[in-house]
Amino acid sequence: MEALYLLIPMSTVLVFLAIWVFFRASDSGQFDDLEGPALRILHDDDGVVAVAPDDTVLR
Amino acid sequence: MSGADGSGGRLCFHCGQPVPAGERLSLRIGNAARDMCCVGCQSVAQLIVDSGCEDFYLRRSAPSARVDPEQLLPPELALADLPAGADGEGDDAAQELVLSVDGLRCSACVWLIEKYLARQRGVRMAELNVANGRLHIRRDPALCSTSSILRGLRGLGYTAYPFDPLRQGEQARRASRRLFRQLFIAGLSMMQVMMYAVPVYMSPDGIEPDMMALMRWASLFLTLPAVCYSALPFFSGAWAGLRARAPGMDLPVAIGIGAAFIASAVATWRGEGEIWFDSVSMFIFLLLASRYLEAAARRKSAAALERMQQAFPAAALLLRDYPQGRETTLVAAAALQSGDVILARPGDTIAADARLIEGGAELDLSLLSGESRAQQFQAGQEAPGGAVNLSQPVLLRVERATRESTLAALTRLAEQAGAGKPALAQWADIVASRFVVALLALAAATFLAWHFIDPAQAWPTAIAVLVVSCPCALSLATPSALAAATDRLLREGTLVVRGNVLETLRRADTIVFDKTGTLTQGRPRLAALHLAAGGEAQSLAIAAAMERGSLHPLARSLVEEAARRGIAPAEAEQVESFTAAGMQCRIGGRLHRIGSQAFVAGLAGGRLPPALDARATAGAGSVYLGNEEGWLARFDLADALRPDAVATVAAFRALGLRTVLLSGDQADVCAEVARATGIAEVAAGCSPQRKLDYVRDLQRQGAVVAIVGDGINDAAMLRAGDVSFAMGRGAALAQVSADAVVMGDRLSSVADCARMAARAMRVVRQNLGWAAAYNFLAIPAAAFGWLNPWMSAVGMSLSSLLVVGNALRLSRAEPAAALPERVANGVPVLAGEA
Repeated sequence: MEALYLLIPMSTVLVFLAIWVFFRASDSGQFDDLEGPALRILHDDDGVVAVAPDDTVLR
Repeated sequence: MSGADGSGGRLCFHCGQPVPAGERLSLRIGNAARDMCCVGCQSVAQLIVDSGCEDFYLRRSAPSARVDPEQLLPPELALADLPAGADGEGDDAAQELVLSVDGLRCSACVWLIEKYLARQRGVRMAELNVANGRLHIRRDPALCSTSSILRGLRGLGYTAYPFDPLRQGEQARRASRRLFRQLFIAGLSMMQVMMYAVPVYMSPDGIEPDMMALMRWASLFLTLPAVCYSALPFFSGAWAGLRARAPGMDLPVAIGIGAAFIASAVATWRGEGEIWFDSVSMFIFLLLASRYLEAAARRKSAAALERMQQAFPAAALLLRDYPQGRETTLVAAAALQSGDVILARPGDTIAADARLIEGGAELDLSLLSGESRAQQFQAGQEAPGGAVNLSQPVLLRVERATRESTLAALTRLAEQAGAGKPALAQWADIVASRFVVALLALAAATFLAWHFIDPAQAWPTAIAVLVVSCPCALSLATPSALAAATDRLLREGTLVVRGNVLETLRRADTIVFDKTGTLTQGRPRLAALHLAAGGEAQSLAIAAAMERGSLHPLARSLVEEAARRGIAPAEAEQVESFTAAGMQCRIGGRLHRIGSQAFVAGLAGGRLPPALDARATAGAGSVYLGNEEGWLARFDLADALRPDAVATVAAFRALGLRTVLLSGDQADVCAEVARATGIAEVAAGCSPQRKLDYVRDLQRQGAVVAIVGDGINDAAMLRAGDVSFAMGRGAALAQVSADAVVMGDRLSSVADCARMAARAMRVVRQNLGWAAAYNFLAIPAAAFGWLNPWMSAVGMSLSSLLVVGNALRLSRAEPAAALPERVANGVPVLAGEA
């Protein structure tokens, strides 16, 4: 039980650390788009091939 | 008049809508021929297949947006390529491009757009943010112009607009980010505090005092961020309410949080008494969660509306040195002065009231006046600003500066109409503030009573009353239900912009429809075809060949009709266009003419054959066809009803609403539409002012009026109505004036919205009833000192969860049921004068 005297303050400190990390992440725009990355991971063709010029799409 | 779809169950492979009967379009995708409903969808599908993105159809999880063939190449796209510097772009901006994209359905859209753009020459990076529909592109402007990207996206079936960062509310984005952070911190705090609260509740024989003190201190520290940061909105709201002498729901929440936290902190400091940290942090979290959901639903609606209206800046082509030179410069419409000469190209909206200088023109005034037929204007006549030019390019001399034009006058009329709008959503605030006063009085009375009975019990019981009284459930009841309903409606294609839509729609007893563009499609369609010689298919083939290059709505509808029936246009040579008369060309070696009766008579010979002399249906425009040997055919084109117009009107009549048709069009046309849809009251030929007066008269007689409209001429009555809907294809001014906007162009969405309103208000009533009943039981119990902290915490959180869970039922699909019967009183009354 004596361990709790150390663990409880430590857990409190950890929470504040988590808050600090969250603020950092939020500032860098991590949470601005919560849907896109989840969709993008489904598509596995990341290889972008440079194609011949194709300016006019609708001919 | 097309009724239900006669598609025989065939659905378009691209957009999923029923294929019109007789449509034969198809396309090989994968290894089968797929049905297509229109030329637009077909060309988009073709493009997707050609660019090697066939997988799109395997990946997508929802049908794509329907593509209007006319929308594939809107004329104003050229405006996006303003010379650098003209719209405040620097070099960086030329590299970086931000677009708003519309029509995103599912993950396949993201894949398709990003992949397609990555393959374009000169594009270095393309990233699409799904949440706000914003597309970031880094590119080499020399190789890849803005308009080519816009055109490419249009080709894929997505509408994209140049995004103007100044127009976007940076403020709103920051506020929503802040709310999200506050919610997150409150959640974190709540979970951690619970970890130390649960063992205390669970241990039967108590915890040793040192450990207890340690846990209390830990809870205190963990609650601090929630109270000092997350609860700020409640404290500022309460303070604002106090200053305005109108305490809202924020005040008891703030007092509850403040009192409970301070009392707990004092108890922790002294090492005796009850602590409420778990209740405090849970309070904050639950209330913020409902706020966040509501704000998110509202924000989604607002963002969608903004994207829809992000039209191009109102601009005009100015001829500075007319009549010597004919060089045009693009200027903002607001900068036009009286006396300026402007050029209106085909399809352009005339920027200000102006007089035609050279040549006649045919103008579409349907958004301004509701008149469904295009109007002829001669040189020297004055055209109102806001009219759309349908004929060849015309020169006009501006009569009045833009801000004094007809359009501006109508805008002002709409703004004044808004001032008289009854404030409706106030009863909830009134109830809330009464509840607040009663609650505070009760807490004070409890404190005093216990002070005389047992002073040690005074503080804890007063706090218990405040905590258990669950301002939480009460303040969650309405917003959570409205948020769930709003979100559901948004997914079904109705943008609820103002908060009172659902509540007012529930109480509406009269519904007013505009005609052109609301009950009807606002575009003419072939109503009848009279033949003097040859067959239907042959006449349509000739007509489609001649009219292919024309912008005129009648011409376009003939081309569409031929495409709908799968008739290929004939081979035409030497096509010539005659202003305000028609077209002439050579087909199969013979000279043909199509257009007005007089124009065709000049070629086909004098007398009209009896077959072409029949009376046209009301509101139809007639187009004649003839060649050197005589008359061939007459096409009657009329503005057709929307397929769902009859069902929508019937739904409202079933709900017992009085139906009214107000239109600027002519009486015979309006009477015809009213007869077909079953609307009882008709007023035709109404000016915007007349429409406004009609609505106000109805309101003076005590009616609660719902309004559906689409044009600039409806804006004033939309603003004045108790609750109003604008059609998504209509004028921006109408959409700004309305309380809700129907996207996707389905009139039946309004009836869906009415059904949703009925369900939402039922849920709100259940929630308020539950909160009232709970308070009725719990507050006396707390006042008598029967409740300890954990009981009140559990009671409070359970009742909150019940309320939110009940509200979330709204976001699930509606069980297929008959229309709910109307309940006479729309306003729920709190049971038990708490």
